[in-house]
Amino acid sequence: MTRWGMVIDLDKCFACQSCTAACRMENNTPVAGPDQAERERTILWNEVLPFEEGEYPNVTLTFIPRPCQHCDNPPCVKVCPVQATYIDEEGIVLVDYNRCIGCRFCTVACPYQVRYFNWYAPEWPEELKEHLNPDPEVAPRPKGVVEKCTFCVQRRRKAREQAEAEGRPFNPTDFIPACVQTCTGKARYFGDLDDPNSLVAKLAKSPRAFRLQEEMGTEPKVYYLKQG
Amino acid sequence: MMDRTYQESELERTVLSPLRQTSPQFWLAMAVLGAVFLWGAVMLVRQWILGLGVTGLNRPVYWGIYLANFVFFIGISHAGTLISAILRVTQAEWRRPITRIAEAITFFALILGLLQIWIDMGRPERVFYPLIYGRFQSPFLWDFTCIGVYLLSSTLYLYLPMIPDLARMRDHMTDAPAWRRRLYTLLALGWHGSHEQHRRLEKAISIMAILIIPIAVSVHTVVSWIFGMTMQPMWHSTIMGPYFVVGAIFSGIAMLFIFMTIIRRAWHLEKWIGPKQYNYLGILLLVMSAFWAYFTLSEYLTTGYGSIIHEQEVLHAKLSEEYAPWFWAMLICNFVIPFAILVWRKGRTPTGTFIAALAIAVGMWIERFTIVAPSLTRPSLGFEKVLYAPTITEVAITAGSVAFFAILFLLFFKIFPAISVWEVEEGEAIEVVHRQAEALARQKAILTGS
Repeated sequence: MTRWGMVIDLDKCFACQSCTAACRMENNTPVAGPDQAERERTILWNEVLPFEEGEYPNVTLTFIPRPCQHCDNPPCVKVCPVQATYIDEEGIVLVDYNRCIGCRFCTVACPYQVRYFNWYAPEWPEELKEHLNPDPEVAPRPKGVVEKCTFCVQRRRKAREQAEAEGRPFNPTDFIPACVQTCTGKARYFGDLDDPNSLVAKLAKSPRAFRLQEEMGTEPKVYYLKQG
Repeated sequence: MMDRTYQESELERTVLSPLRQTSPQFWLAMAVLGAVFLWGAVMLVRQWILGLGVTGLNRPVYWGIYLANFVFFIGISHAGTLISAILRVTQAEWRRPITRIAEAITFFALILGLLQIWIDMGRPERVFYPLIYGRFQSPFLWDFTCIGVYLLSSTLYLYLPMIPDLARMRDHMTDAPAWRRRLYTLLALGWHGSHEQHRRLEKAISIMAILIIPIAVSVHTVVSWIFGMTMQPMWHSTIMGPYFVVGAIFSGIAMLFIFMTIIRRAWHLEKWIGPKQYNYLGILLLVMSAFWAYFTLSEYLTTGYGSIIHEQEVLHAKLSEEYAPWFWAMLICNFVIPFAILVWRKGRTPTGTFIAALAIAVGMWIERFTIVAPSLTRPSLGFEKVLYAPTITEVAITAGSVAFFAILFLLFFKIFPAISVWEVEEGEAIEVVHRQAEALARQKAILTGS
């Protein structure tokens, strides 16, 4: 069975945030607007977080792109009262928008704050509306439910459908999420962590590899390669 | 059958008089409370139409005042049933005139508590999904279960000791409107006060009194576990369960003081709810204040003495940053004021305890708020601290909820007697027998010359 995972090389990432933009176009996350952004209500499934260390004049700034960590032991799935959020058989953590009751237990349980809530009905400026991704799987979410990075499951479905149409078995290299495809510095890798020969599996074993807040025991499937 | 020669006792006349006539002050109070309730209701409908964006919530402060209200209301639900049950089990005779008020607080506080969760939901129309799709791995399901059981059992516990009084009203309140007479007849379940009926009732009440204690403890424990089971700094702590239970009983007794003082004044029950109740219950409140302070000290000292970064940040938010005014106000309201008043015998009067109880009600709400919000404003991963400022919607809905609670409570006691008449009479009878027995013993001692 495939176990999808991602590796992000912080040496190659220069915080251009094209992953954030690509994610937004691929997944139809709504535009919050300046007023709502001020109130910390932007929905960015793939946010690039700045980490400041030290004090002036000895300051280092690290940027960490943060998609959903797709934990093997996800705290969000544990606390959901109605099984609206679940981990699929290939290890991707998903939300059933028709089931979510909007209690936001998962959003406070997630130690990475990757889960976003639809405070209002989603909105786009007219110019952007015509560029929405038509895929029904990423249809705009209604107000009052939680949403988050899915590793672009709609692309996985499409890749499967194509493989089937071409009459060949589906290969884990057949699909990559939008953020990986767009990454300017080629800092992102995506693939099957269970396949020891895959690039992600090899990179995840690198001495530079680490995961965010590993001490929480959440077993994230997003690995980072240390800077420097 | 109605006995036309029946003479009402003073107790019965006084207790039933607010059920027979309504003073203008009552309507005034109702009008004011009703206006506040309406304000909250309108804001709630607006929130349902527009979305939770009308609140001050954000990412990562996903929970705010509604959750604080939830914990607060479920907390004061311990007023009643738990206190009345403990006093019943320990045969504290002075409990008799105040048990019904306590039990009514429980019943309505639970309803308001559950309402807060509904108000907080992003998809309120899916409120029954936990019943259909519920999974027991989630602490929310533990809450629904425990609160559900508590609501059922405290309804029963409010109802059972009311049966003899309902029969009395069925028989004597012939001047009441027809619908109320039908209601009394229905609820009295054919009670006619036979020895066998009394025996069975007493048995049922004592079973319920014992059963309800662990249920009440379980309720506030699982409420705390909504927070305790996550890995958020200063939530993920083993003290949460007992701390919440202590706080619940503490705020519950305070609420009992507030409502029994109001009802006592408005319903003219000074003769039955008197110095004894204020003194003894005041001591209990003092003890709970000390317990609460002890738990607070344990929690904050342990956190402060350690040096876990994320916990330190939350601690500082409470002690010296934006939540400091809340935190210190909480300490003053929950410990300094009550202690200064209640430690003196002269302070345990209706006025003294009322002031202390008001302080505690405010202080315990702040306590719930300073547990819910600060932890979320200091997320462990790469954020600047985020602020949370409640909006007018949240204030209106909170005020509306409190008003709704008071309306339900007052209306209830316009239909049902605020004092358990038969239990007080029973207590008086016990006292008479007691005195007679003492006199007999004295006589015997004189006669035998010892």
